[in-house]
Amino acid sequence: MPVPIGDYVALASVMFFIGVVGVVVRRNPLIMLMSIELMFNAANVLLIAFARAWLQNAGQIFAFLVITVAAAEAAIGLAIIVSTFRPERFVDVDDVRTLRG
Amino acid sequence: MIAFWFLGIILIASAVWTITARKAVYSVVALLLNFAVLAVLYLTLSAEFLAVIQIIVYSGAILVLFVFVIALLSSGVAPFAMGPNRLPRIWLPAGILGLAALGFLMFAVSGGPAVTAPSSGPVGTAGVFGSIANFGKALFTVELLPFEVTALILMVAVIGVITLGGEQMREPSARDEAKVQREMREAILREGEG
Repeated sequence: MPVPIGDYVALASVMFFIGVVGVVVRRNPLIMLMSIELMFNAANVLLIAFARAWLQNAGQIFAFLVITVAAAEAAIGLAIIVSTFRPERFVDVDDVRTLRG
Repeated sequence: MIAFWFLGIILIASAVWTITARKAVYSVVALLLNFAVLAVLYLTLSAEFLAVIQIIVYSGAILVLFVFVIALLSSGVAPFAMGPNRLPRIWLPAGILGLAALGFLMFAVSGGPAVTAPSSGPVGTAGVFGSIANFGKALFTVELLPFEVTALILMVAVIGVITLGGEQMREPSARDEAKVQREMREAILREGEG
């Protein structure tokens, strides 16, 4: 049974909105980054759904590009978080004694 | 149709769980569920390659990176505070405006073609829309420029991460080197005595 394209628009809009609320409301930088990933994925759902509806490859290619951008963004964002919120300076892995029995 | 609503409800529920979980680890688990269900949704949209990429890149690489950072930052440290309510009193008008915009958007696309179930057939055959062969051929011929742009983006990301992490490592000063050399000399002397 075919699904109207508007349903995909609604699903992606709700996912994007949840991501926006997560970025605005939460103050945990990790959860804010995860909310940004949610927004990337909402955009991807729309790109792939429209690509399927019009049988055009370009939407899937662009979704591939968006996934790459999301990976780069996550790597850089997490590097910023680690360099900002570093609790102690690990110089050597032998200095990490948190799990020592 | 049933599959779409089933997947959509799980997607929205896991997205809500992601942003409401008190601990970041639970958010990662919810996001993992979200990404896995998204991969299934991509399969129903005959995007085979992107479903695989979704599992490998998102669930395999990005979420593991998140878990690693959580483990690095929050061992023995109190979790980040929830913070005050950042949406005071504007949520009702904002919600009404957002619903109106959503209705307008759905009305605008209502004339478009509906999404039918993917055509059945051997997986990966060329010529079928969304098959891996078809996608790969497009990626390396017609859409070669976006593919090369992804390489550029990844290189920029690598350089950026190295720049961000590299400034933490300072060069060993002359004092440190003198200390290391003194310790080595003492160790050699101890060896000689024993």
